[in-house]
Amino acid sequence: MIVFDQVSKRYPGSQEVLRNISFEIQSGEMVFVTGHSGAGKSTLLKLIAATERPTSGTVLIGNQNVSKIRPAAVPYLRRKFGLVFQDHKLLYDRNCYENVALPLYINGITGNEAGKRIRAALDKVGLLDKEKAMPITLSGGEQQRLAIARAVVSRPSILIADEPTGNLDEGYANEIMALFYAFQQVGVTIIIATHDVHNLDPKAGLLKLSQGQLERWRASGAPDGVGAQP
Amino acid sequence: MRQWLNLHGQAVRLVVSRLRRNAWATFIMWCVMGITLALPGLLYVAIDNLNRVVGNVESEPQISLFLDLAIEPEAVASIRQRLAEHPDIAKYRFVGRDTAWEELKSNSGIDSVADLEQNPLPDALFVEPKTRDPVSIERLHKELQKLPGVAVAQLDATWIKRLYAVLELARKAVLILGTLLGFALLAIIGNTIRLQVVTQRDEIEVAKLIGATDSFIRRPFLYAGAFYGLGGGIAALFFLLVITSIFNTSVAEIATLYNSDFSLDFLEPFSSLVLLVLAALLGWMGSYVAVNRSLAKFAFKN
Repeated sequence: MIVFDQVSKRYPGSQEVLRNISFEIQSGEMVFVTGHSGAGKSTLLKLIAATERPTSGTVLIGNQNVSKIRPAAVPYLRRKFGLVFQDHKLLYDRNCYENVALPLYINGITGNEAGKRIRAALDKVGLLDKEKAMPITLSGGEQQRLAIARAVVSRPSILIADEPTGNLDEGYANEIMALFYAFQQVGVTIIIATHDVHNLDPKAGLLKLSQGQLERWRASGAPDGVGAQP
Repeated sequence: MRQWLNLHGQAVRLVVSRLRRNAWATFIMWCVMGITLALPGLLYVAIDNLNRVVGNVESEPQISLFLDLAIEPEAVASIRQRLAEHPDIAKYRFVGRDTAWEELKSNSGIDSVADLEQNPLPDALFVEPKTRDPVSIERLHKELQKLPGVAVAQLDATWIKRLYAVLELARKAVLILGTLLGFALLAIIGNTIRLQVVTQRDEIEVAKLIGATDSFIRRPFLYAGAFYGLGGGIAALFFLLVITSIFNTSVAEIATLYNSDFSLDFLEPFSSLVLLVLAALLGWMGSYVAVNRSLAKFAFKN
């Protein structure tokens, strides 16, 4: 589903942020991307989500080569993903319902069909009663749940989250993680970047980055090193 | 198709709600654009009406033909036949040399004329062309000049030609003024839209990240630009209507003094439509340029 083959990324005027990364994530897996800050976690996620192109190497998303994709096709590739950002990136000039509606509107889905799916997504994250509330009135955990509702409303096959629990206390963090597990149960591929390595699921996949290199790679449910192609 | 309609309907709804939220700013925009468009519109209306005045002028352009002194009566008849059958000639008047001589002798009051032994006057024909278009009159003039037996063909319409030349100049002025103010409109709308893009940065960024196409992001701004233009066009028509009716009260007074029922005409429906479409199109274009420049900043990074 997601294949990295000797991928390197360098931003103009900086050193290589990622060096020679190779791995493969199967459909339906749950994978944690860990490492110290500055290890390249966010860049890795951006490469997966097709918001950045690799400097060298190949990134395949469902058999599409991200390096060679036409700019006009990028939006359609991105619609396969649900993205959850560390800073939520909610729109504070509109209520919860309208925030969640955005991905559907982009797909040209409006009216009753959209309404049903928006409420289903809000229900899943436990915010159905807040549909008219403005995001600024929500707590940090609620805002992150709202961002998740927005990420899943268009039923993406891959959910990518960058430090989704980074700014939350433990209770909220557990709630959020429980949501991700629930989505994995229904077959969604989940990729989560986190620096919190304490309560990682030992059965989940693991990509540990260190100074831009893949230090440790384990496919979910497999021993260390399986799935890596150095 | 349904999806396409949804996307457009949604963009229009979004824009209408945004315009309504900023009703005052929208109103000011429309006024600014209305004034910008009304300036060349006003000049156009003035020229249009002046044209009509010229069309109403009673003294027709006339071509006077003076025939050779020694012309045979048959040749005169043949010329008269030619004139009668000519498609561009409304009517003509023949004044024989003897008649002219008698007239001159009785009317001139110059005694010395009567002393002349021989009639110095030629036969004359006064031709009224059907058209007032200076180019066709000029053509007719040249054609008549070449008729055998015609000594001189004289065109008595130089003042009409001059007036038409001035009107032509004014028309060019409208075109130039219109073009310049059109650019001004592009700039005004482009700048307004650019500011809107800046205030909606977050939304554009998020939308792009979750897979919005450029045309999705552009669409509401294009509609906004077109609405601004259209509103400006309507405002301009309103201004023109008010101005022409204000002028008309005075014009009617003057016209009565001249025993005429002349009054200023407003733009015809077709010209009004052209103005509206053009204004909307300008708004659309200004917005397109502004949004594209801003979108480039969010482009897929390498």
